[in-house]
Amino acid sequence: MNNLKKNKIIDSSFKVFGVLFTLLGVFILIILIYNIIKVGYTRINWDFLSSLPSRKPENAGIYTAIIGTLDLMLLTIVFAIPIGVGAGLYLEEYAHKSRLSRLLEINIANLAGVPSIIYGLLGLGIFVRFFGFGGSILSGALTMSLLILPIIIVATREAIKAVPHSLKEASFALGASKWQTLSKVVLPSSFGGILTGIILSLSRAIGETAPLIVVGAMAYVPFVPHSIFDTFSVLPMQIFTWTTRPQAGFAIAAAGAIIIILIITFVMNGIAVYFRNKWQSKLQ
Amino acid sequence: MKLKEKIIEAFLFLCASVTILTTIGIIIILLYESISFFKNVSIFEFFTDTQWTPLFSEQHFGILPLVSGTFLTSAIAIAVALPIGLTIAIYLNMYAPKGFRKTLKPLLEILAAIPTVVYGFFALTIVTPFLQTIYPDLETFNSLSAGLVMGIMIIPFISSLSEDALYAVPKSLKEAAFGMGSTRFQTSIKVMVPAASSGIIVSVILAISRAIGETMIVAIAAGQQAQLSLNPTIPTQTITSYIVQVSMGDAPQGSIEYKTIFAAGLTLFLFTFSLNTFSFWIKKKYQEKYE
Repeated sequence: MNNLKKNKIIDSSFKVFGVLFTLLGVFILIILIYNIIKVGYTRINWDFLSSLPSRKPENAGIYTAIIGTLDLMLLTIVFAIPIGVGAGLYLEEYAHKSRLSRLLEINIANLAGVPSIIYGLLGLGIFVRFFGFGGSILSGALTMSLLILPIIIVATREAIKAVPHSLKEASFALGASKWQTLSKVVLPSSFGGILTGIILSLSRAIGETAPLIVVGAMAYVPFVPHSIFDTFSVLPMQIFTWTTRPQAGFAIAAAGAIIIILIITFVMNGIAVYFRNKWQSKLQ
Repeated sequence: MKLKEKIIEAFLFLCASVTILTTIGIIIILLYESISFFKNVSIFEFFTDTQWTPLFSEQHFGILPLVSGTFLTSAIAIAVALPIGLTIAIYLNMYAPKGFRKTLKPLLEILAAIPTVVYGFFALTIVTPFLQTIYPDLETFNSLSAGLVMGIMIIPFISSLSEDALYAVPKSLKEAAFGMGSTRFQTSIKVMVPAASSGIIVSVILAISRAIGETMIVAIAAGQQAQLSLNPTIPTQTITSYIVQVSMGDAPQGSIEYKTIFAAGLTLFLFTFSLNTFSFWIKKKYQEKYE
């Protein structure tokens, strides 16, 4: 066998591997989803969504977990979006090429790589203990906001960068001030990109469990929180505690709750992709 | 008017400085509680004792078992994700039809968007029982299953970021290799991968950093016994799952158990911080090679 033939064989066998591995990834995704639906679909009904958690697995529902997740996300949005978009605006439009702005950039890149459980320890030390907010929704939301801040900042900067210079220059030529240009021209035309980043960051936050365990989210909350200082549970926390219970009934309940959280995650990611495509075609 | 502009700029600067405060906050909190931990436990014991039993009556504070657990699960994950992820990246970049690449890349990225607690459930209730049919001695909680599933989770980190790096290699290099009669495989291995090596290395480092910081999969599927062992079939405990274990119980503030999670957290932070800094350095050093 000559060299040419050998090389061709290696080439085509690598292609086979490539196809196999790529399909393997998709295949595992399908197995995961199929198995979870198979175990959990019996629990998907209105009672499951509207019942409080219970010691009996067949009565246990995810009402408090869903409300907790909603409350936590609303509060996280209130903190994280203004600060994240503001920081992105500052870094892209105001910060000069100084050592300070270099430091800010390196710092944000580093924060994005800090494990989420470390944010939990930060939240425990500062919000729970130092400020005395306890294991409340407020502590959870503040911790979660810090966690997703780097994602929102990076997305905001990318979106602002993509706005054509001509638009900004036209606005300045009309005598608009810097902030007028930013708020009336730059932000509206980068809105799609920023929104995509925000939705993706929230989808990440909804699935996060570890930092909330450290901050003190409860395994068992038999009531709906009334204020931001109340204790809370969230959907992934509920899944975690049910998964670690020995009774088989709780595994089924966990699978049911997983179906719900997967639907939420996929829908949010789908919306984000939709906005991104729409925005990108509008910019071009 | 001028004043309003100034106020707005100052406000936006404050927003940006929250990120600096976050880093300072992390460092202060971890150091503050760790220093008070090391007043009770000598640093020598922390690094050399081979047992980690702060929650038992006979307390030992050697971090090594947690580090070995973290290392073991991460190594298994990388052993899965690196070959698969890199092969996928090369395949999508060099072999796959354009439409295929456009559909499959986001599809694979779904793997990274799934909440990790879901993977934990998957590892414990589906992967472990499956592995037990092949190897019956596998214990219910083990690092093998947790590591394998973690590997699946980080495939997209390696495949997507490496593919981006391959995509950024100038077309002329690829065409020159083809022009000399190389096959696609030869071009990939001898030209494209070396040319994109900095980006690929960065993607792998990010994946490692992600694996050692991953919490829920190991907390659910790998068990809660800190053991200094590299046996993947028995229960183990990682730094992250130890923090979860203590947080699920109620260690009173100020107790030595409470302080251990900050000392463990500091160790974890130092690991990921060095990895991130290293990847940043590689990125900076080799970035402008082809520009």
